[in-house]
Amino acid sequence: MPLSYNFAYLDEQSKKMIRRSILKALAIPGFQVPFGGREMPLPYGWGTGGIQLTAAVIGPDDRLKVIDQGSDDTVNAISIKAFFKKTAGIAITEETRAATIIQTRHRIPETPLQNGQIMVFQVPIPEPLQFIEPKKSQTAKMHGFEEYGSMHVKLYEDIAKFGRIATAFDYPVQVHQRYIMSPSPIPKYDNPKLHRSPAVHLFGAGREKRIYAVPPYTDVVSLDFEDYPFELEKWDGACAVCGSTDSFLDEIITDDTGTRMFICSDTEYCQKKAGNTFS
Amino acid sequence: MYVAVKGGEKAVKNSQRLVAKKRRGDLCVQKISVDQITNQLGLGVDRVMAEGSLYDVTAAAMAIQQAQGDMTEAIFLVRAFRTTLKRFGNSIPVQTTKMTAIRRVSGIFKDIPGGQVLGPTYDYTHRLIASDQDHAPDPPCEQDTDTASAPPDQTAAGDGISPLPGELPRVIDLLQAQGLLQQDETTSFGDTAEDLTRQPLAFPVSRNLRLQTLARGDEGFILGTAYSLQRGFGLDRHPFLGELKVGYVAVRYTPPELGFDIHVGRMKLTECVMVNRQNDAARKAAGFETGYGLVFGQNERKAMSMSLLDRSLAGEKNTGKNGYPARDPEFILSHCDNVESSGFVQHLKLPHYVDFQSELVFIRNRPKDHTPDKGNP
Repeated sequence: MPLSYNFAYLDEQSKKMIRRSILKALAIPGFQVPFGGREMPLPYGWGTGGIQLTAAVIGPDDRLKVIDQGSDDTVNAISIKAFFKKTAGIAITEETRAATIIQTRHRIPETPLQNGQIMVFQVPIPEPLQFIEPKKSQTAKMHGFEEYGSMHVKLYEDIAKFGRIATAFDYPVQVHQRYIMSPSPIPKYDNPKLHRSPAVHLFGAGREKRIYAVPPYTDVVSLDFEDYPFELEKWDGACAVCGSTDSFLDEIITDDTGTRMFICSDTEYCQKKAGNTFS
Repeated sequence: MYVAVKGGEKAVKNSQRLVAKKRRGDLCVQKISVDQITNQLGLGVDRVMAEGSLYDVTAAAMAIQQAQGDMTEAIFLVRAFRTTLKRFGNSIPVQTTKMTAIRRVSGIFKDIPGGQVLGPTYDYTHRLIASDQDHAPDPPCEQDTDTASAPPDQTAAGDGISPLPGELPRVIDLLQAQGLLQQDETTSFGDTAEDLTRQPLAFPVSRNLRLQTLARGDEGFILGTAYSLQRGFGLDRHPFLGELKVGYVAVRYTPPELGFDIHVGRMKLTECVMVNRQNDAARKAAGFETGYGLVFGQNERKAMSMSLLDRSLAGEKNTGKNGYPARDPEFILSHCDNVESSGFVQHLKLPHYVDFQSELVFIRNRPKDHTPDKGNP
């Protein structure tokens, strides 16, 4: 079977279709644009939406960074980087500042993003109302009529039952005072990084065939109540490697008696802070 | 110190080396060839082509081999190949009445015009695992020059089975002629047909897209949900098999630069029409309604299940208020694709430690004054 693949795998017509969807998504911040998602050679749920976005916007001069759980070296990040190295011959970087495109699963880098950079999020469930109303035919109407009462009721019920809002990641946000949006399963710690960010944030859900976006300098507000304001995760200690006290910390179990240490989830930020240089 | 955090690249490489080794198995055992798979595992190839939604025997057989016989994985390989293929255009709709049938049965009439022909089927075999001696010895191999290029299962001539007459009237046409059938929803063909692989599924869904989704849906899911209908979870009557047909159809295509149609190949298809008593006879004059199934290759359980679901999901009022999963288009059509479902279920193997950390922090930071109320006074 003679096989040849286009630059960055997807054919140019498919890329154009995705770019048109991206433009629409940028024009209506937070709105989920249905698109003709293609089958990718990686499984659904493993970043096919993100990969399609990256494939559609990447050019030969781009420098791509891929992270998963904040790390450049987790298996799925490695696999996606290998995919773009093979299909696009693209330059890969671990340095947040040097990257023109950053594809991510579950984190936003600690290093502040800059204008001109594109963040690409892998999204498993694009619909923030999915667990309140599983039917797309219904949620489409709820978004259309800005009928978001049930989301606030859910958050209120959390407070009534647990004394606080019980969502720890994929914490819903309202974009540009209009659409409620899933920020993808990033920890709520990362939500404020989206607010008025100078970078372009693109969200791709391959299986659900939805693209949405937050354009630069757009208001992204985590839902809360006046008397129960949105709050971030806090740690008592600092990173065991770089000593950082202002980053999201992962917990590493170091022995079978449960001894724990905390280190930065963002490996690039951590190594930089610890004084390591990059190749 | 960074033991748990670094090393992904090396681990992935090693894993790929190991899976290649596992796939090859014992080096002293001869490697299976793609020819052997297309010839001797033909029904498996059919399934991979159907759910991979690509009629390419060789690609399907290569995928089965590469996936170590894991059908869902093979289907995935075929899909990821298919998605990159260029589209030349739409073929002329195939004429299943002109199918060269190798098998045709009806459950509603004892005799039908054109006849009932069992053809190759496991239906009346005893499922006893046979040893080599139980099989009749192979007759000497004859190289048939006409069919040498194609796997024998893909040509009616190579089957050594005398095909049925060239044109078979559809059994349900007999009912139609008597005015006993309600008109099907109009289905568009060719250029006007929507394409599931180029556009997202949106609800309410047209019959075009419903049939496309079911045709490439997971055999097990389609079978199980169709079965639930039969058990009363959505059907209140026994359905009937109007006609089930397996055979070869010619595919014709009109290249724009030629302006006339040419024969581009043959496909093996399984077609099924299911007949149900209409529940709401008062509303319409006719007394029966039908469901349709069409699948690549020979796969009767899939085609039959598909035709049951086509009917149960039909109807403008059927927006999911019927309570049973197999009557809810959004439930069935959103969950029947095994490339989607397999990927998403198994993505749980990916690291989730950032999200899990958020949950840990949340639970540990529980306000002391607000222990969850267990219902005690």
